[in-house]
Amino acid sequence: MLAVEILGFEKTYTVGFWRKTKKIGLKSLHLEVNQGEVFGFLGPNGAGKTTTLKLLMGLVFPTAGTARILGRDWRDPWARSRIGFLPEQPYFYDYLTPFELLDYYGSLSGVSPADRRLRIPRLLERVGLADQGWVQLRKFSKGMLQRVGIAQAVLHDPDIVFLDEPMSGLDPIGRREMRDFIQALNKEGKTVFFSTHILSDAEALCHRVAVLSQGELRGTGVVAELVASSRGRMEVIWQGASLAEAAKRLGAECHTAGDTVRAVVDECRLEEILAIVRAQHARLISVNPAGGSLEEYFFQKLGRSSEPE
Amino acid sequence: MTHRIRAIAFNMFREAVRDRILYNLVFFALLLVATAPLLGQISAGVQRVLLINLSLSAISIFGTVISIFLGISLVSKEIERRTLYPVLARPVGRGEFIAGKYLGLAGTLLTNTLAMAVGFYVTLWAVMRHVGRADANILIAIYFILLQFLVIIALSLFFSSFSSPVLSALFALCLFVAGNFAEDLRVFAHSVHGPQSWLALAASYIIPNLASLNVITRVAHDQSISAALVGYNTLYCVLYSVTTLCGAALIFSRRNLK
Repeated sequence: MLAVEILGFEKTYTVGFWRKTKKIGLKSLHLEVNQGEVFGFLGPNGAGKTTTLKLLMGLVFPTAGTARILGRDWRDPWARSRIGFLPEQPYFYDYLTPFELLDYYGSLSGVSPADRRLRIPRLLERVGLADQGWVQLRKFSKGMLQRVGIAQAVLHDPDIVFLDEPMSGLDPIGRREMRDFIQALNKEGKTVFFSTHILSDAEALCHRVAVLSQGELRGTGVVAELVASSRGRMEVIWQGASLAEAAKRLGAECHTAGDTVRAVVDECRLEEILAIVRAQHARLISVNPAGGSLEEYFFQKLGRSSEPE
Repeated sequence: MTHRIRAIAFNMFREAVRDRILYNLVFFALLLVATAPLLGQISAGVQRVLLINLSLSAISIFGTVISIFLGISLVSKEIERRTLYPVLARPVGRGEFIAGKYLGLAGTLLTNTLAMAVGFYVTLWAVMRHVGRADANILIAIYFILLQFLVIIALSLFFSSFSSPVLSALFALCLFVAGNFAEDLRVFAHSVHGPQSWLALAASYIIPNLASLNVITRVAHDQSISAALVGYNTLYCVLYSVTTLCGAALIFSRRNLK
């Protein structure tokens, strides 16, 4: 059984004073997410990631299409009780303390009072807010609110956790903690579906990714396969701008910044490039496998070059 | 279902209790009640009448202000601040959300009105040095004021389910004012003919009949209130509120949260 199955979700908004102008938020989207995987939903800002998540959460209604969560209609109360959701840049009732907020959400999710008393302190401990449990949320920083957000998303022990841009606005420490939390959730057997435009996070965490742009699904792929597919390309960096033309003749993609040249070349032409560098006594800085395979895939699906122009 | 409505209602109540604006309004209402005896001294012999009129009017007006201004933000504030997202992502129906919010605010108004009623009786006792069985009649007027709040909260919530807070406040306020002239509108409908009559009659049935809930002057002059009126007003307000809430739930359940 699939964790999430989106069957042709479409969303068209009407805008303008007379609501006559149509704006497409999402074109017919078909997507499958397996149980137990971390699924990355990638796309630039305005691609339709949040719209998709809002559709799945029942916050907006699709113009067409349907979805299934754990085999049931996505609006089914049982299906809703098996999911957790962290909205983008969450804002909670600031007059409540984390303890009160989690107690409130727990009661809405059908967690018994006894279980809430047991789970909330543990969860606050887990997200590093054990000492802040009775401080009003209005005194919390963005990072702390994000921790409360993740706590409320998993409080009722859901099978699937949806996270909308969970790393957005977090400092490096916060991002690392969020990554660790997502990995820990996955180890517990939960399916994690998260949207992001930070490709390094997706590459580090996801089993599979989908690329969305302008409301349209551009492709899905297994991250491990995408990384493997990039093998065979090498990145060579040296100092000596005059050699760039010679490298280009060997089929290298060259980018020059001052006297420094960064060339990406097929592995079979590597020795020839290095020979040119050596022959001209240019200073070789580095030779590495061309990284950013997910980045390349992402830009390829977006129909753009991953290299700066 | 009921535990979710209860949880939302309790959270709403907690929010209102922690809101300083509410305390300011209650404080001003109590202040007005406390100063009413001073006006009574100016008009010798009508102290009790003035005290009841002014105090109950203060309770009614301040309660109405609280009902409208908290009522209009019940839904819109949650959408604007996106606090609604984690709530509706759970197995919570939108109708349950509306019902919970309504009951929470109704509970808040009940508590406030009780507090103000206690303040009023204390003032009455301080001025008259006596609170007798005749004064128990005043409780009916306070009960009617509470019924009025229930209707106004429902209307505020109804408008809040589809329009901005400013427009919601305007609509609710207009209906509150019009509602106080509902009976005059019915008289007008019978005094004219043709489409004018139909329109006036239709409008008089659509707007809430708040005029029949205003018995402040009658209790101030020790006129009795019939049990039939109490029953009729109770039934009317409950039906009006439930219908309005159903409308609010219906509209809100189709609304996209952007």
